[in-house]
Amino acid sequence: MTPSASFAAPKFEVNAQASPGPTATKIEVDQLNFYYGKTQALKDISIKVPERQVMAFIGPSGCGKTTFLRTLNRMNDVIAATRVEGTVTIDGEDIYAPGADVVDLRRKVGMVFQKSNPFPKSIFDNVAYGLRINRVTSSRSELDARVEEALKDAALWTEVKDRLKSSALGLSGGQQQRLCIARALAIRPEVILMDEPASALDPIATSKIEELIVDLKKQYTIVIVTHNMQQAARVSDLTAFFLLGKLIEVNSTEKMFTAPNERLTEDYITGRFG
Amino acid sequence: MKVLSSSDRSRRSVSAVMTSLTALCTFAAVGILFVILAYIAMRGVAALNLRFLIDTPRPVGEGGGIGNAIVGSGLLLLLSCVVGIPIGIACGVYLSEFGGGWLVSGVRFLIDTLTGIPSIVTGVFVYAVIVLRMNHFSAFAGGIALALIMIPIVARTTEEMIKLVPQSLREGALALGAPQWRMTLGVVLPAAASGIATGAMLAIARVSGETAPLLFTAFGSRFYPRNLNEPIASLTVQIYNYAISPYDEWHAQAWAATLVLMALILSINVIVRFLTRQKFS
Repeated sequence: MTPSASFAAPKFEVNAQASPGPTATKIEVDQLNFYYGKTQALKDISIKVPERQVMAFIGPSGCGKTTFLRTLNRMNDVIAATRVEGTVTIDGEDIYAPGADVVDLRRKVGMVFQKSNPFPKSIFDNVAYGLRINRVTSSRSELDARVEEALKDAALWTEVKDRLKSSALGLSGGQQQRLCIARALAIRPEVILMDEPASALDPIATSKIEELIVDLKKQYTIVIVTHNMQQAARVSDLTAFFLLGKLIEVNSTEKMFTAPNERLTEDYITGRFG
Repeated sequence: MKVLSSSDRSRRSVSAVMTSLTALCTFAAVGILFVILAYIAMRGVAALNLRFLIDTPRPVGEGGGIGNAIVGSGLLLLLSCVVGIPIGIACGVYLSEFGGGWLVSGVRFLIDTLTGIPSIVTGVFVYAVIVLRMNHFSAFAGGIALALIMIPIVARTTEEMIKLVPQSLREGALALGAPQWRMTLGVVLPAAASGIATGAMLAIARVSGETAPLLFTAFGSRFYPRNLNEPIASLTVQIYNYAISPYDEWHAQAWAATLVLMALILSINVIVRFLTRQKFS
């Protein structure tokens, strides 16, 4: 894949008008509504996520931020009786279009879950899983190299290089979560969705994950859901505030935490509710 | 310490009585099992020796053994596993992973009904459908009859075990671009493997004691099996035939064969225990 191609020319005609900075729009969501059965969980969400930036979603529990994150790689398709209205385009392609390939989408848009979910396999096999099912590598040495690279990118290599063959379930919680990040990185996605990736971790493991996120931004577009506003402030370039299924405000993180445009945002950030 | 009131005292005595009642019932249940085992061992051990384990049946007064029945039972179990376990597992996978709505509840209901069908009915069914068509009894027919009994057991345990695999593992695989079938084969089934193996072993233990479905299908034989397309001996049918005979020597052999069968089933159950223990370690 050549992410640099989108740098070359401003081919994103319509998107250009509201783009705040020089970066291209990676994900564009337009008037998205989402329903669990008859309950509407997301109301009329429109947002643009720029390339190679970190965007954080904040908001109280049940506000729809995780649901929204999961619409970006169609993970909600797994849940029965859900319905999506509106469009989500990634690199100009509508991911909910009738002919869109979910498998291709998920290769491009990786995901890290709230609870680390390593497969009950060896550390190596966990990272190699995506490479194997997608037939990315053609030789064993190439596979080894890609696994090593992914583990290094996830800052886990030095801790596990001597026990790649042992079970992933023997790792600590923080290591398991970084393993899941390595697993997602191995297939070289373009976007990484993170659903409260550090919520179950201790402060040291959390800071490792946060450093990692800042580092990964050089190559990937990252969208992170977090409950922790300090975390959002530390790692993200842009922040979006959700409340009761609505997107209240999107702004640069700096502005969001110092002088938000909306009263509701200010109330939430200063702890008046939520 | 506070003085016990009369209501405290009566509560405690009721509790003590209930505890001892349940303990008594437990001892009764376990005790009966031990009595059965001890009785079989006592009656069976007399006719049990190495020759008995390898020889084929002989006329009354000439000794003989159950070697062919042991081999026959083994082959029948093998056949039933080859047919029953893959179908059962596939069925369980379908129920839990793929199907949805009325179809699945219908299939589940049918499988539960199938579990409750008396095994002799299965035997008669296979007799009508396979034995009559082929014009002779065969190991194949016996294996299929046993497989029909195994399928619902394996299917239901597989379904239950797969349901225990956390949704997060499935989502993890899907999020890496795995199609559903690869996720099921590569992640879900391995995660449920030990539980499924337990279910399969329980199904084997269950059918290894079946007699009725073999009477009309595998029928029985006095010789070591040469191929699977002819009647074949089995421990249970052998026990049945010897037990209803009028000869004391055959009765003793029936007890010995029973002891062998019990040992077989017991060892399968021990293996099951071992497998389930590993799962939680």
